[in-house]
Amino acid sequence: MRRPVILVVAAALALSACSSAGPSSTSPGTSPATSGSAAAQGALTVFAASSLKEAFTAIGKAFEAANRGVSVTFNFGPSSTLATQIGAGAPADVFASASGKTMDTVAAAGLAPSRSNFATNSLEIATPPASSVAISSLADLAKPGVKVAVCQQAVPCGAGAQTLFTKNSVQIKPVTEEVDVKSVLAKVELGEVDAGIVYVTDVQAAGAKVVGVVIPADHNVTNKYPIAAIKGSANAATAQAFVAFVLSPAGQAALASAGFAAP
Amino acid sequence: MNKRGRSRSTPPWPVAIPAIIALAFLVLPVLGLLIRAPWGRLIELLTSRTSLDALRLSLVTALSATVISIAIGLPLAWLLARAEFPGRRFARALVTVPLVLPPVVGGIALLLAFGRRGMVGQYLDSCCGITLPFSTPGVVVAETFVAMPFLIITVEGALRGLDTRLEDAAATLGASKSAVFRRVTLPLIGPSLIAGGVLTFARALGEFGATITFAGNLPGVTQTLPLAVYMGLEGDPDQAIALSLVLLLVSIAVLVGLRDRWLRTGVAS
Repeated sequence: MRRPVILVVAAALALSACSSAGPSSTSPGTSPATSGSAAAQGALTVFAASSLKEAFTAIGKAFEAANRGVSVTFNFGPSSTLATQIGAGAPADVFASASGKTMDTVAAAGLAPSRSNFATNSLEIATPPASSVAISSLADLAKPGVKVAVCQQAVPCGAGAQTLFTKNSVQIKPVTEEVDVKSVLAKVELGEVDAGIVYVTDVQAAGAKVVGVVIPADHNVTNKYPIAAIKGSANAATAQAFVAFVLSPAGQAALASAGFAAP
Repeated sequence: MNKRGRSRSTPPWPVAIPAIIALAFLVLPVLGLLIRAPWGRLIELLTSRTSLDALRLSLVTALSATVISIAIGLPLAWLLARAEFPGRRFARALVTVPLVLPPVVGGIALLLAFGRRGMVGQYLDSCCGITLPFSTPGVVVAETFVAMPFLIITVEGALRGLDTRLEDAAATLGASKSAVFRRVTLPLIGPSLIAGGVLTFARALGEFGATITFAGNLPGVTQTLPLAVYMGLEGDPDQAIALSLVLLLVSIAVLVGLRDRWLRTGVAS
């Protein structure tokens, strides 16, 4: 129950961070010698896929604890929206996306010169507890009258759901295409739908609020999560340090405990 | 009161400069939209399946929301303006809540009330098999919730500002209560009713937060124009801009149609 408080604080920080991260045309590649060994410091804005909320909130705290004077602010949202925002000049220092495709759009704009995959995730069916509709497999979602929520097509979890349905040759007509994976989860938790296609990690994060129906690995769809420091970041050294931290054993352990698989 | 207030003079610069900044701030984004608009592909973009579905759905739902708002909002406006009953002031305050409530909060509130497991919704579901979320009627519910206060407040203001002696005169000449309402009151508040209706329609057409929260997003069923704009921004930004132009056009039409009407007769109280 402490999460909302953290979010409020994060939102307040995000507002104050907007003013400090002005437009910067310095290229991070030119001065590695001066900043290479310097300790990470300052404010860092990380744009991350909604599905990373729990894992990255924990990683952010650990990173702050390991680097005094650093404050990390997260902007969690649909990967595609974040990519659009970064392309439009949003002051992001780091982008962690739920798919290679959304990272491609940022890379195509020349803003993500180097990227690393840091985790993988796969899909799971989330159902409301005490549901009157019995769901034990993907095929059950195709039955008439079963209400299914998925992410919209542009978001990695939506594209993944589509691939999942095609791969398993099931015809599923969702009742809603939500903005991001957390919105799908919310509709499941409220019991407004009988099932939602979310990530394995979301089912774990939701705890007792949803019941997961596992999709066997050979029927499932896996997506890679790339991370990149954004070119033109006002705090490039710290951005690189954060990326390194996510890839480090400490970061990987946090991701693993949130249910992510290794890259 | 202030008799010299109407005389026009060159404004002093401490007033003029912030005023110009304010005006530019309000105009520039609209200008940006117009400049960036894909004029060459406009017809093609606006006649795509997604666009036409969203246009049709938006028109149908916004019109339905307006009709419902008049059907149940007009009687409420009359009661609030004319009748004496306990809690009248409180009821008036309640009507304005959706006006100031963030629409997404309205959407959550609607889910908790009319959702499948909601306070009222669970009975709708069990007794009649009606589930509002993720349906077109659900969109109408969300739009009506957010837009109806515009109608009520506009009409109530007009009713309160009305010269009741005209109605009294009609009554003393033998007209029944309903005849007085139809032949005297209604024509007198007609302009305000139209203004309120147009405002309600415009607000319903632009509804986003409550709709996406309560009714979800599915092309052809619940994806109205604003939702299509939002979703389009990620897939095809040009389409989002083209649809934005449609909404801008409607906004301008509303302004032109009501240019000197709604401010004067609107919130008179």
